[in-house]
Amino acid sequence: MARPTHARYLTMEQGGYVAFLIVVALACLIVSGKTYDNVMAFHAAFGALVTAGGAFFILKRYFDSDGVLPPQEIDGRPNYNMGPVKFCSVAAMFWGLAGFTVGLIIALQLAFPVLNFDLPWTNFGRLRPLHTSAVIFAFGGNVLLATSFYVVQRTSQARMPGIVTPWFVAIGYNAFIVIAGTGYLLGVTQSKEYAEPEWYADLWLTVVWVAYLLVFLGTLWKRKEPHIYVANWFYLAFIITIAMLHIVNNLTIPVSIYGTKSYIVWAGVQDAMVQWWYGHNAVGFFLTAGFLAIMYYFVPKRADRPVYSYRLSIVHFWALIFLYIWAGPHHLHYTALPQWASTLGMTFSIMLWMPSWGGMINGLMTLSGAWDKLRTDPVLRMMVVSVAFYGMSTFEGPLMSVRAVNGLSHYTDWTIGHVHSGALGWVGYISFGALYCLIPWLWNKRELYSLKLVNWHFWISTIGIVFYISSMWVSGILQGLMWRAYDALGFLEYSFVETVAAMHWFYVLRAFGGGLFLVGAIIMAFNLWMTVTRGEAEAAEPALAPAE
Amino acid sequence: MSVWQKHEIFEKYSMVLVIGILLVVAIGGLVEIVPLFYLKSTIEKVSGMRPYTPLELAGRNIYIREGCYLCHSQMIRPMRDELERYGHYSLAAESMYDHPFQWGSKRTGPDLARVGGKYSDEWHRDHLRDPRSVVPESVMPGYPFLLKAKLDERGIEDHLKTQVMVGVPYSEDDIAQAKADLEAQANPDSDGVDGLLERYPKAVVRDFDGNPKMVSEMDALVAYLQVLGTLVDFSVYDNKADFR
Repeated sequence: MARPTHARYLTMEQGGYVAFLIVVALACLIVSGKTYDNVMAFHAAFGALVTAGGAFFILKRYFDSDGVLPPQEIDGRPNYNMGPVKFCSVAAMFWGLAGFTVGLIIALQLAFPVLNFDLPWTNFGRLRPLHTSAVIFAFGGNVLLATSFYVVQRTSQARMPGIVTPWFVAIGYNAFIVIAGTGYLLGVTQSKEYAEPEWYADLWLTVVWVAYLLVFLGTLWKRKEPHIYVANWFYLAFIITIAMLHIVNNLTIPVSIYGTKSYIVWAGVQDAMVQWWYGHNAVGFFLTAGFLAIMYYFVPKRADRPVYSYRLSIVHFWALIFLYIWAGPHHLHYTALPQWASTLGMTFSIMLWMPSWGGMINGLMTLSGAWDKLRTDPVLRMMVVSVAFYGMSTFEGPLMSVRAVNGLSHYTDWTIGHVHSGALGWVGYISFGALYCLIPWLWNKRELYSLKLVNWHFWISTIGIVFYISSMWVSGILQGLMWRAYDALGFLEYSFVETVAAMHWFYVLRAFGGGLFLVGAIIMAFNLWMTVTRGEAEAAEPALAPAE
Repeated sequence: MSVWQKHEIFEKYSMVLVIGILLVVAIGGLVEIVPLFYLKSTIEKVSGMRPYTPLELAGRNIYIREGCYLCHSQMIRPMRDELERYGHYSLAAESMYDHPFQWGSKRTGPDLARVGGKYSDEWHRDHLRDPRSVVPESVMPGYPFLLKAKLDERGIEDHLKTQVMVGVPYSEDDIAQAKADLEAQANPDSDGVDGLLERYPKAVVRDFDGNPKMVSEMDALVAYLQVLGTLVDFSVYDNKADFR
């Protein structure tokens, strides 16, 4: 099987992509030429460039390799396709730094509004979606692409199918990120939180996502193991559900195909329900199911222990995906959404606590018999703390979904603090842990450049998270209480702007915490860079046991 | 055979797993979303609601473009302090022509659901240009560029047509007159005002930005802010009728 497969002609896949990309490039050129919308002209030109470039590289690679396809196996072992995995890992680190930096900037803007500079492209309203999309979809999304491509190949013992498709997914997804991000800065947004990109970006993402699903399923179809590994159930649920949510929440009619603006088909109360059905499950399936898959592969791998309970993972999986999808309306307590709907949302959110903690227990208990590694391995420590943060925020979430609590917490910074304990603690740390594992594996290095630096990263970031979430707890609860405070004569005690002024120092502390988190990520980027460029190569000779 | 072994079917056949996932994740959304389209009690019966005028719609699009919804909600909850601070709690009917909705999720600044008519145009103009000139403790960004930017009126008819496609009841006449209506609303002296008021009752017609030479983005945004929460006639609204 080591023999390379020869193909004289372009494969159907290569030819199909070349044709598709050229058609898209031409369409982009036409739109770019006909539109009077400057942003559309820019985005269409960018689209034409990327798609034409893609077609060029497919053909170039075909001619350079003389039509020879990469072998499926080398010496009886799967010839894994790690190129796209490497690309997405690097992209994840890059977007992570960018997203954390923008987060720090907007945190500072809230403390010192002069930093908005009174310009359209730098005001908070445009930078905030840039921050959320950069950390969720650019950083988180690339971590998910990289790890899912890696995990599904390793656990299936098979090379990903396709020559072009995995690269189409990796590059196409990142092109979507660029279109979305530049769009926000230039004022293009649907205003649906976490679904801000306009119709043409959504359409492109849909195509990329279908290709992603096909690569993932295709790898499963080629698997040599009879069972699909548990991490892959979670990845699959993430991919399928995000497709469903994305399509329904973004059903929109463009004003003109030559313009960026569109109107969503849903209106008012129904739109609110659809949006938060989407919004909460962007959390549930993008930021939870996908990252639980990472937990189910990387924690056992790093701890060198099997997953704690196979049965618990079955219950965890089905209960989690069934319950999560109901939780959306807890974002709409006391609004014009009918109460039956928000009550359903609350009820299921509380039930959701159970599978969430089931998953946490399954992750933590995987360390049974390996707890001593927490002392010596800061990467494993990072992942374990991440699972602990997962437990904390999945307890806080059901609490905040209770109508009475939500009456206080809604509209305040408490929500922001809650989101960040999940985002920085859970998603951030499990991603960092996965990347710390993945980079040496991908570049065939024995270990990271410096475990000491991982330790520094861990502690600096952890202190940052503590500053962040505790300042937001205090400011959120304080503001909620100030809004409803009455004086002895029965008048509202505070004007709105007094409650704004009271937030100042908490916003400064929050920015400080966010700054620490960014410093940690910069240390990480340096460490990974040094690992790739200076790290000791893996097993050129038998590795020596480290001195203890 | 234990029940755990039956789970093998999901682990061995990827398409069974795919179908299983799809079924399981579809249920919640179906139960929570679909009834909102046919339960008559979802949207209250009110009088006074009308689609936005072309200028208000353009202003709304600027509100969206600048991300105002990220710090300002448009959803007053039925709590004592909110009723006193902002006015009558928001009704579903008040956003029934909103594509997309702008209820928001955060109040870094105050709720705007009933900001219409609360402040003068001059106040809005100064506040949007330099928020701290009128509210020293404010942390809002300044938007001086709105005063200089001429409102892009091209294709306003297409905007209304698209709104019709998603269910907003603009008439043929509304669409034909869209551009004239847009300009008339910012020019109280123009001939088009009567037609505008006939098509859009209670529309506020003023030179919102204080610059009669052009219709600016500031005109549009202030026109939108001034209509917020003013349309429903609460003197004839029956609170009890819509207890849900």
